Amino acid sequence: MYAIIEVGYLLATLSFLGGLKFMSSPKSAKTGNLIAAFGMVLAVVLTFVAAVTATVPYTNLIIMLLAIAVGTIIGKRLSDKVEMTGMPQLVSLFNATGGGCAMLLGLVEANQMDVSTAILGNKILLIAGLITGAIALTGSIIAERKLAGKVKDRRSKIVIFSARILLALMVLLPTLYFFGIIPMDFTVFMYVLATLAMVYGVLFVLPIGGADMPVVISLLNSITGIATAFAGFVYSNKAMIAGGIFVGAAGILLTLLMCKAMNRSLLKVLAGTFKKSKNGTVEVEQDIKEISISETALSLSFAQKVAIVPGYGLAVAQAQHICGQLQQLLEKRNVEVDYIIHPVAGRMPGHMNVLLAEANVDYSRLKEMDEGNENMEQYDTVLVLGANDVVNPAAENNPDSPVYGMPIIRVYESKQVIVIKRSMNKGYAGVQNDLFGLDNCSILFGDAKASLQEIVNQLKLI
Amino acid sequence: MGASTFHQTTTTSLTMDFINQHIQEIYFVLFCVFIGIEVIANVPAILHTPLMSGANAISGVILVGAIIVMLRVPGDDYLNLTFGGIAVFLGTLNISGGFFVTGRMLKMFSQKK
Repeated sequence: MYAIIEVGYLLATLSFLGGLKFMSSPKSAKTGNLIAAFGMVLAVVLTFVAAVTATVPYTNLIIMLLAIAVGTIIGKRLSDKVEMTGMPQLVSLFNATGGGCAMLLGLVEANQMDVSTAILGNKILLIAGLITGAIALTGSIIAERKLAGKVKDRRSKIVIFSARILLALMVLLPTLYFFGIIPMDFTVFMYVLATLAMVYGVLFVLPIGGADMPVVISLLNSITGIATAFAGFVYSNKAMIAGGIFVGAAGILLTLLMCKAMNRSLLKVLAGTFKKSKNGTVEVEQDIKEISISETALSLSFAQKVAIVPGYGLAVAQAQHICGQLQQLLEKRNVEVDYIIHPVAGRMPGHMNVLLAEANVDYSRLKEMDEGNENMEQYDTVLVLGANDVVNPAAENNPDSPVYGMPIIRVYESKQVIVIKRSMNKGYAGVQNDLFGLDNCSILFGDAKASLQEIVNQLKLI
Repeated sequence: MGASTFHQTTTTSLTMDFINQHIQEIYFVLFCVFIGIEVIANVPAILHTPLMSGANAISGVILVGAIIVMLRVPGDDYLNLTFGGIAVFLGTLNISGGFFVTGRMLKMFSQKK
């Protein structure tokens, strides 16, 4: 029996790894998800079968089965109902549940464990799992609220200062406790730590700017993974350790990737600070060329290769479906249409790809930034929709600019750029966009969705 | 002074015990870190959102721990039964929601001909 269970956990671990491996291509990703889900069910069922003995009271079994049934149904419902634009919120919410589970697990285990005989290492791991779980729980809830626009950034000194104090306490208190300096029951001590960590989770996410959310969600995701790995260590369960570590690795990789794409260090993101423009508000007079809807439609229909650079503004305006229509119309005229997507377009890593996939865009048309940049000269017309800072050439050639050093989509290398903009307002970084003054760039003033709709209407007539 | 020295030595020896007992897991963790990074670095940017929600679902494997602890709680310890029950619920929600939503997203990534 014991061997069967160990083999089961081994299969579960392999299925997680296989599932992630299959994610390397959109073709196989669906299978990968099924494999990982199958491994998960196997791990859970085996645990259940192995741990149930005649001595387990019925109350426990009933509560547990009920919790599993309700959890499964609610999970399915939430995932069926979510809008693709609301995906970052839902992922944060699910992340909070994982963190909450880890925290409660730590508390119950502390209540159950025989404190006098438990080895120190296990207590430390339990504390580590509890703290990381609690931070992931409240941090993810605040991130979810922020993404939903319900909570504003609080960048006051007090918040940042208290967060640092709490962080120090969470290292200091357990150290003092294990040297016997804090005379307290282990269970009570765990409650204290859980409370501190939950408050820290809130204060840690509050100062972080809305546009930095992709970094934070990735980071919180990896924290939950680490919490899972700690718990796995306590139970010497390899499926838990492996699962936790894979998630932790994925989260950290995505965090660093997002930071790099925004050219900001993780520490600066966490402190909620922004790089200020060195020369203040000095602005260069720009020669702006306006373009009309019909001119845009003409230019698109006579092009051979068109690229669309979407930004989050596109998703906010819910314009991705019209974008898909535009593409279909152009393809009927034998115009090739590609999308070039900056890594930080959207509110979580890869978000824009999901939004466009929902609008029935073939995934082979979704190009990553580097691939788009390599072939930029081939595009006859590039349409910039709701993106601003990510196409600003100042990032490459103006060391004084706050966006300097950020990797950009080099649309200025294409033959013609058309930017759809509501007004000359600045982007998220609050910097003037040098692109608008260039000879090959024209601006179509108007709301992204309305303008796209009109372009589509015109194209139908041409 | 004497007491604290004593405490320190026991702490050190306990840590040594822990490492002795868990050396296999420590190797396992190191390999997992490297394999995990290698595999995940190969996921293209286009799939980063499903990767994240899928990984999120995998972190729901914490449910295994919640089940183990839940089965150990005495049947009349209502506080811990409540905590444990909520933990099992949250863990299941994480797994079910995570895999379902990932599947829903991946279904949209199809090649149209």
